[in-house]
This record gives sequence, C-alpha cells and structure tokens, in this order.
Amino acid sequence: MAESILEIKDLKIQFQNGKHIVQPIREVSFQIKAGQTVGIVGESGSGKSVTSLAVMGLLPDRISSIPSGEILFDGKELTKLKEKEWRKIRGNEISMIFQEPMTSLNPVFTIGQQLSEPLKRHRQLSNKEQKAAIIKVLKQVGIPRPEQIIHEYPHQLSGGMRQRVMISMALLCEPKLMIADEPTTALDVTIQAQILSLLKKITSKKDRSLMLITHDLGVVAEMCDWVVVMYAGEIVESAEVNELFDRPLHPYTRGLIQSLPSNNERKSKLYAIQGQVPKPEQVKQGCIFANRCPLAMEKCFQESPPAFQEDGHLSKCWLQSSDEGVVR
Amino acid sequence: MLDFIVKRFFQGILVVFLVLTAVFFLMRLSGDPTTLFLPQDASREQIEAFQHQMGLDRPLYVQYGEFMGNAVQGDFGESLRTQQDALQSVLDRLPATFQLAAAALILALVIAIPLGVLSAYYRNSIFDRVAVGLTVIGQAIPTFWMGLLLIFLFAAQLKILPSGGAGTPIHMILPMLTLAFYSTARFTRFTRSAMLDVLQQDFIRTAKASGTPTFPLIMKYALKNSLIPIITLVALDLGELLGGAVITEIVFSWPGVGRLIEQALMTRDFPVVLAGVFIIALIYTVINFLADVIYAYVNPQIRVK
Ligand SMILES: Nc1ncnc2c1ncn2[C@@H]1O[C@H](COP(=O)(O)OP(=O)(O)OP(=O)(O)O)[C@@H](O)[C@H]1O
Ligand code: SF4
Ligand SMILES: [Mg+2]
Repeated sequence: MAESILEIKDLKIQFQNGKHIVQPIREVSFQIKAGQTVGIVGESGSGKSVTSLAVMGLLPDRISSIPSGEILFDGKELTKLKEKEWRKIRGNEISMIFQEPMTSLNPVFTIGQQLSEPLKRHRQLSNKEQKAAIIKVLKQVGIPRPEQIIHEYPHQLSGGMRQRVMISMALLCEPKLMIADEPTTALDVTIQAQILSLLKKITSKKDRSLMLITHDLGVVAEMCDWVVVMYAGEIVESAEVNELFDRPLHPYTRGLIQSLPSNNERKSKLYAIQGQVPKPEQVKQGCIFANRCPLAMEKCFQESPPAFQEDGHLSKCWLQSSDEGVVR
Repeated sequence: MLDFIVKRFFQGILVVFLVLTAVFFLMRLSGDPTTLFLPQDASREQIEAFQHQMGLDRPLYVQYGEFMGNAVQGDFGESLRTQQDALQSVLDRLPATFQLAAAALILALVIAIPLGVLSAYYRNSIFDRVAVGLTVIGQAIPTFWMGLLLIFLFAAQLKILPSGGAGTPIHMILPMLTLAFYSTARFTRFTRSAMLDVLQQDFIRTAKASGTPTFPLIMKYALKNSLIPIITLVALDLGELLGGAVITEIVFSWPGVGRLIEQALMTRDFPVVLAGVFIIALIYTVINFLADVIYAYVNPQIRVK
C-alpha cells in the first residue's frame, strides 16, 4: 500500500493547570496512508479533538505539552516545530474543518475575505487570481452563486452553507491531509448526508487523505477505509473498516456497534454501554474499560492489557491474549 | 425598542429635574448671598431692598416655582456678579470643558486599546499582571487626588509644568493626564476583557488553522470583533469622563464649566450655579441616554428588561 502521510507514535499529551496535571492522551499510535480516510471514533471526552489539535499544532499554548511521542507528517517530525514553521503547514499542507460552522467563521468579515486568508499566507497570487481560485473551490463544494456569496457575511448563510464554506477553506491550498472534527454533528440530518457525500466526493479524488473524527459508527462505515477506536485517551482497537464491523475484538467496540440504531430496531430500548468514560485524572491501574466491561476478568483490574495485533488488526484487551483463548 | 427609548427619555428628564431641585434647595438652605454682595456695614434697609430686588424675601416654594417656570424656558436669570445671562456664561465655558474631555478621551483610547490588547494576548504574564495592577490603581485613585499628585510631582518638585491655568497647550498637559488616567485604566480593562472573550472564539482558531500569523490574527481578526463591545463600553463611560472633567477643572483652574460652577459657589452666585449644574446634568443624561440606546441596539437581550 501507499506510504504513510501521517504517523503518530506513542503520543502523550499533557495539560497542566497550576499544579494539576492530566494526560488526556496516553501512548496513542496510528497512521494514515496517502489517499486514505481514517475514522477516529469514541465517546465524548475520549481525546479525539485533542489528538487532532496536536496534529495541527493548535493545542492551547502554555498549559499543554507533549512529553513524549512523535507526529511524523510526510516524514517530518512535528512535535518540536517552531511556531513559524507550523504556520507554513497549517492551512497549506494540513487543514482542518471544525465541528461548529456557526461559530467557526468570523462574523465581521465577508466569506471572500476569510477565504482569501490561506491563499494570502501560502500562495503568491494577484487579487484576481485569488478571487478566481476562491470561486473555483466554492463551485467545487456546491455553493450556488459563488460570485455573490464571497461578498456576504457568515450570518447570511445557512449552517450547511457555512460548513461548505469551511470545507472550501480547507481545500483551497490542496492540502495533503485534511482533518474534519465532527463536521456534521451540528447540522440537520438531511444536511449531514449532503456534507458527508461532499466529503466523500472530495476524498475520492487524487491522493487526499482525511482524518475523520466522529462518534457515529454509521458515518465511519460509510466513509472510512480504516478505523481507530479511542477510549479515555487510549486506542483500544484499530482495524480496516470491514474487518472491524465483521470481527470487532474489543468489548468497547462491540458495545458501540451494538448501540447502532440499525442493530436496535426490534429492541424496545436503545442499547447503551453502561457507565461513563473515566476522566483523565480518574485513570487507575488495570484496563481503562474494566469498570464498564461486561467481560472483565480479575486480571483486567490488575494489569493494563498490551496492544495485541494480528494482521494489522489491533486490540488492547486481555481477551486477545493467547492464555485466555481467542474469544470471537 | 420604542418603549425602551421613551421610558429612558422620561427617566432622563426626571433625573435632570431632580438634580436641579436638589441643588436649588441645598443652595438656599446653605446661606444667603446678600451678605456677600453688600458691604459689611450695610444698613437693614439696604439688605431688605437687595433681598426684595432679588426676590429672596418671598417664601421658598414661590421662589422655587418661579425658578422652575423660568428654567423650563431656558431662563436661569442673570449672574449676581457679572449681570450676564447665567446660561450664556455657562455655555461660553463649555468648549473648554469639551476640549479637555476630548483630549483626555483620545489620549486614553490611544494608550488603553494597545495596552488592553497586549494584556489580553499575554494574559497572566508579568506584563499582563502589571497592566491589570495599574488599572486597579488607576480606578481606585480619585481624580482630584491624582491631580494633586501630578501637581506635586511636575509643578512643585520638578517645576517643568504649570500647576494651573490655561492659554498654551502646555497648560493642558497636566489636567489632560489627570483626567485620562482614570479613563485609561477603565478602557484598558474593557479592551482586555473584550479581547479575552474574542480570542477564545472558534473563528480565531479557524484563522490560526489557516496559517495566520499572530499580528494579523490579533490586530485584524480579533480586534475588529472586540471593537463593538469596546465602543459600547466607552460610550457608556463618557458621562463618567465628563464628571471627571468637572473635578479636574477645579484642581487645575481650567476655565471650563466645572471651574465656573466652583467660583459661582464660592460667591453664592445662584443663577450661575444652577445653570451650570443644569448643563452638566443635561449632557450627562443625554450621553447616558444615547449610550443606553446604542447598547440596547447592539445587545437585544437588555431591551426586554
Ligand atoms: N484545554 C484543556 N485543558 C484541560 N483539559 C482539557 C482541555 N481540552 C481538553 N481537555 C481534556 O481532554 C480530554 C479529551 O477531550 P477531547 O476534547 O479531545 O474529547 P473528544 O473525544 O473530542 O470529545 P467530544 O466528542 O466531546 O468532542 C477531556 O477529558 C477533556 O477534559
Ligand atoms: S481487558 Fe478486560 S476489562 Fe478490558 S476490555 Fe478486555 S475484557 Fe474488558
Ligand atoms: Mg471533540
């Protein structure tokens, strides 16, 4: 297969508020190959956004740090970059689409002014060329009358249109990697479908790689080539998309798949995993999922399971240990 | 919205009316101007004649009614000292007050906006802490005290600036600094909090994600958003600035309305005091009225209250 565009190795992220230290990301490793769409799934608070912000170099300054681990983008190590070098990458080689299209655009600048920003920073274009490039990409994301839209302000557009604008902004400089953090969560269901199919169309072209963050496994099934399941700051399972749905190994992933609406149709109640994701400061010894796991064994509370791997399918669960026999 | 404006308008009129009433009675109760205007050894007849001429021998409520009746028509009588129209002599002094207030306002904005922006950007840094400390001090020191401090330092000790008067631009420096000090402190705080608010908005993150460097990020994308709350707060604060100007004038003998009122008080020149208070109260009320309307316009939530 193609080479990795992004490779995260044993990444650890730390937040420090005064003396209070938390590690919302611990030993996270995964990779995205050129042209792939990789889904990052997990409940709220599992560390999906923090991971993506680290890849963009947008972790809150001063209070956050990366004590260990590497982020290799196109072979270049990002965690030690200076702010000035980051700026050359952001919006140019890596771009990001955020969850909230309503608040992610600046209310006092026109769409055109905001879209010209990445071009101004990364391309030497005349005003005319800039305008042409913006109109081209607006057409590409299916915005009607782009010549007028560029003179309008964000509040004049609907949520779906704004998210299209955000996507066009991410596309402008033809980045090697796009990150979309829950790009449809804030939108109506019908608009969600439109935006997803737009993203699918965009990623089907060329060597565009996408890191798609979502808590919706349905979206993953439809969009992704590879899936990374995160739980409380760790990767608990990672596999090729069909493999994951056909043969989920980790009890947490199984719970997520079971709680999909299509698997629930004839049940009177929606299946839900009991309990809550532990906060980073609550993580104790043993398996992080043990307090909610229906299959937890004694060992699970004592020792944290390593990542068991078989043909690239990774699962961080004692059930995969050969001592326990493989439960499928 | 119209209800709100009408309500605020009548509240404003009420305020001016109450202020005038209070000052009228305080002045009458605090003493009679007669002794100040007549020689020490004036005879009883002379005193009575003077009081009769001034209408001071009539019952207080009659005097009050007459005063209000005339005031509504813009007639505050003549100055007891100069025989000029009282209102006109106040209006003549107004430009000097405005000049001082405007100079202080501009100075305060020029210092406060960059200071507040930097303070917000480097929040919790040493720079920010010092700046915040200064704003606390700036707001805590009363204007007249600040004026005296500056006079002590620059006029009495260093002897480089005049302690009072007007005429040359040099004379304006100390009163302007005095008045600007307090406003700078307040505007710095406004700017800092408005910027802190904007800097954590999602669209700032979007701009960063586009590769925008710090300077345009702050000065273009963030500041333009902060200007709306900053302007509103500054507008709301102009009344405060005017009040400060009145005090500052007294400290520095700056020939504005405040100084005129002070002198008129010393000589019990009732008509001038009342005309001066009327003008100051009126401007103060109009400024606050406009600020409230602007604020309500910008922020629909308060219209309901
Ligand atoms: N600025 C911060 N300071 C301290 N802790 C933070 C900060 N930002 C995030 N965290 C913590 O990091 C953990 C992971 O948060 P993150 O936002 O990555 O979750 P998420 O998986 O994106 O969840 P969601 O689905 O709600 O977006 C959370 O426990 C959160 O409290
Ligand atoms: S290690 Fe144990 S507790 Fe953790 S997921 Fe596997 S079975 Fe459940
Ligand atoms: Mg998130």
